[in-house]
Amino acid sequence: MSDLAIELRGIDKSFGLVHANKDINLQVRKGTIHGIIGENGAGKSTLMSILYGFYQADRGEIVVDGKAVVIKDPNAAIASGIGMVHQHFMLVENFTVLENIMLGAEDSQVLNTSISKARVELKRLEKEYALEVDPDALIEELPVGLQQRVEILKALYRKADILILDEPTGVLTPAEADHLFRILGQLKDQGKTIILITHKLREIMAITDEVSVMRRGEMVATRTTKETSVEELAELMVGRRVLLRVEKGEANPGAVKLSVKNLTVRDGRGVTMVDNVSFDLKAGEIVGIAGVAGNGQSELLEAISGIRRAVSGSVVLNGSTVDVTGHVDPGALRSQGLGHVPEDRHHVGLVLKFDESENAILGYQRDKRYLNGPFLNMEAIRAEAEEKIQKYDIRPPNAKLKTANFSGGNQQKIVLAREMERGPDVLIIGQPTRGVDVGAIEFIHKRIIEMRDRGMAVLLVSVELDEIRALSDRILVMFAGRVVGERGTDATEGELGLLMAGVEGPKEAAE
Amino acid sequence: MSNPYAKLPNWAEYGLIPLVNLVVAFLVAGLVVLLVGENPLNAAYHMVNGAFGRGEYIGFTLYYATTFIFTGLSVAVAFHAGLFNIGSEGQAYIGGIGVALACLWLDRTMPWFVVFPLAIIGSAAFGAMWAFLPGWLQAKRGSHIVITTIMFNFIASSLMVYLLTRVMKPLGSMATQTRTFEAGGQLPKLDWLLSIFGLNIGNAPFNVSFLLALLAAFGVWVLIWRTRFGYELRTMGHSPSAARYAGISETRITIIVMMISGGLAGMMALNPIMGEQFRMQLDFVQGAGFVGIAVALMGRSHPAGIIPAAILFGMLYQGGAEIAFEMPAISRDMIVIIQGLVILFAGALENMFRPAISRAFASFGQRSAAVQTKGA
Repeated sequence: MSDLAIELRGIDKSFGLVHANKDINLQVRKGTIHGIIGENGAGKSTLMSILYGFYQADRGEIVVDGKAVVIKDPNAAIASGIGMVHQHFMLVENFTVLENIMLGAEDSQVLNTSISKARVELKRLEKEYALEVDPDALIEELPVGLQQRVEILKALYRKADILILDEPTGVLTPAEADHLFRILGQLKDQGKTIILITHKLREIMAITDEVSVMRRGEMVATRTTKETSVEELAELMVGRRVLLRVEKGEANPGAVKLSVKNLTVRDGRGVTMVDNVSFDLKAGEIVGIAGVAGNGQSELLEAISGIRRAVSGSVVLNGSTVDVTGHVDPGALRSQGLGHVPEDRHHVGLVLKFDESENAILGYQRDKRYLNGPFLNMEAIRAEAEEKIQKYDIRPPNAKLKTANFSGGNQQKIVLAREMERGPDVLIIGQPTRGVDVGAIEFIHKRIIEMRDRGMAVLLVSVELDEIRALSDRILVMFAGRVVGERGTDATEGELGLLMAGVEGPKEAAE
Repeated sequence: MSNPYAKLPNWAEYGLIPLVNLVVAFLVAGLVVLLVGENPLNAAYHMVNGAFGRGEYIGFTLYYATTFIFTGLSVAVAFHAGLFNIGSEGQAYIGGIGVALACLWLDRTMPWFVVFPLAIIGSAAFGAMWAFLPGWLQAKRGSHIVITTIMFNFIASSLMVYLLTRVMKPLGSMATQTRTFEAGGQLPKLDWLLSIFGLNIGNAPFNVSFLLALLAAFGVWVLIWRTRFGYELRTMGHSPSAARYAGISETRITIIVMMISGGLAGMMALNPIMGEQFRMQLDFVQGAGFVGIAVALMGRSHPAGIIPAAILFGMLYQGGAEIAFEMPAISRDMIVIIQGLVILFAGALENMFRPAISRAFASFGQRSAAVQTKGA
């Protein structure tokens, strides 16, 4: 038997003209945690999708445990002992844990016997790997960390010896992530092989044994984790030296530009998502809102930017009151000096099927300079798009290209260029670097600081605590819709992590 | 995860895929003809010959195509805003009232070129009005447009029965139709256009409303891709959440788009009423509104695609009638089956062959791609 769990030889895959994987060779040793890092669009997900049978390689060979295999679909992957924990969980929300684990692995048409069998097996797995979870709980009632655990159990239930985890910590609090790493460590000790796909260098350093770096569809290097450094990995990923720390000077706060008072927002189901939130945002400062995803940050941004109606409270933008509980025209807010980089650029900030130049005016389509009467001034639109492409180094520099064909980082730059270049007084930014590659992160962070130094008031929401800490002059922590604390730049990660988990929430009892 | 099917070049997207779908539809139709015990090649010959064999046939084909261009555009405009207007049928039907009113009022006193503009305005206004209500219900009350427009087709049908049996029918007549229009209510034929190509129009009712249809197609292109309103409606069609973010009022766009869509459908009525029958008859739309859905799907909701798709359906109508005439074993219903197959493959199953074609392109394009990426 070979000591390699997986060996990929000469894997090659193209989608049309996009060469996603170029002659990839990869060796993953048994019983190790092997990290795969690379920028967005480097081909990590494609490679793992080939391994898991979503796509077929055009060329190349997959060797599992010493035997060459053909993986034509996920069932074949499972049969070869490969399990995958997806970035977006593949769980049925209104099924119980047990039902989800059985789904697709039922033994017969009649469920009774397989349910009891599955229950026994699940108990055994839970004990063996210390992965406790209530088999009868509904998925939708479980916190994200536990949902992820169910995904892992699902793979183990299907007798996976090799686990692929795709960006597993994106939705977790720091504490939950630590817990996940402990679980992965245990799985490794039990002889499982783990492939961890991530773009977070710190995770790689913390738990992997070996790490492979991909860049532009190629496997550029494999290193033993102990013998490499964050700086080296970053350089390998980007292909040049990167500045990992943001350099910024002291903030120079001026007048209050945005004042939010007692804002309460409910979602479509009537659940209170933002609960009596108040804060002020001054010119020339960056206020960061930290929190685990789903604690009301999204709804807060939506209410301030006029996309979602608030239940009560008031917002004063640039001295004039915005009727946030009534009908707000986001276009009117823009002309009052609000720029908004939404969290979800794919569905909100951009229309992916539009040309780049069309997206460059989204939200500003009523601006006279883009119009000739009722007609679009195509030349003016194109010219301005090209100017921004230059200034923000958007690649490829083609204003007529469909936005969907740009990488995540470049898409984000399209949004940022649109919202920043008009010099709004207040800029609200959600998840500025989600799904954005390292090289672009550096650029985006620099721009945000630059905007602050020019006297813009910046409200920043991010689930990346590192990002919040690196950029913010003040940090507000949101938990369960409330602002549970305000800290300065000197706050430690542990302190913020506890606040994010609601542990030190002063009004926690009121929940 | 990224889209597994890479973008195809335009000629494949808009040319090859529809062509493959069409060929398959005809192959299956050929099987049906075979089952009835007739020779499919014979049928194909009669179909093509019946549609294009003579100037007169071509005139009929283009006459039908005119109708389908209007309804196809109607469906397409709504489609770009993410609205599925199934009500072109009813909107066209009601649009007929506008045409008939203009003609009945002025046909005896005014020449056609005075009546025609009024009839255009009338047809568009009545069609738009009929689409306004479903649009308003969708925008303000959230009643789904698919449901309401279907219901409005039935209401239109009943309303027209009432009008043509009680109100608009000449006294003493037993036919459910208006009186026949005089010269002012009759559109001139485009015989000169066909004679440029040395063709004789014969009895075909191919008339100036064809030119209006081409103009409307151009107008729709301008509206959708060159105006602010078009930009906003496309934003809403692609992504309602992005539209909300951009401050685009869904209510306003929905209502206006539906009215434009209804207006285009209504203008379809000019062709049969002023161009062929010279009177408004019961049921003059004859399913053209529904064919418009297939035309819009097949033409990818782009005017440049809608015109050829409309001509194709014109051919099916005209050539199909010829088959039924020449081959008695093939009844009129068989023609409907063939049309249905085209709709099935070109519309409903339009993506069936896409994966295979994409793959073929991917493996074919690889060698050249390797060269190209080095330059990039």
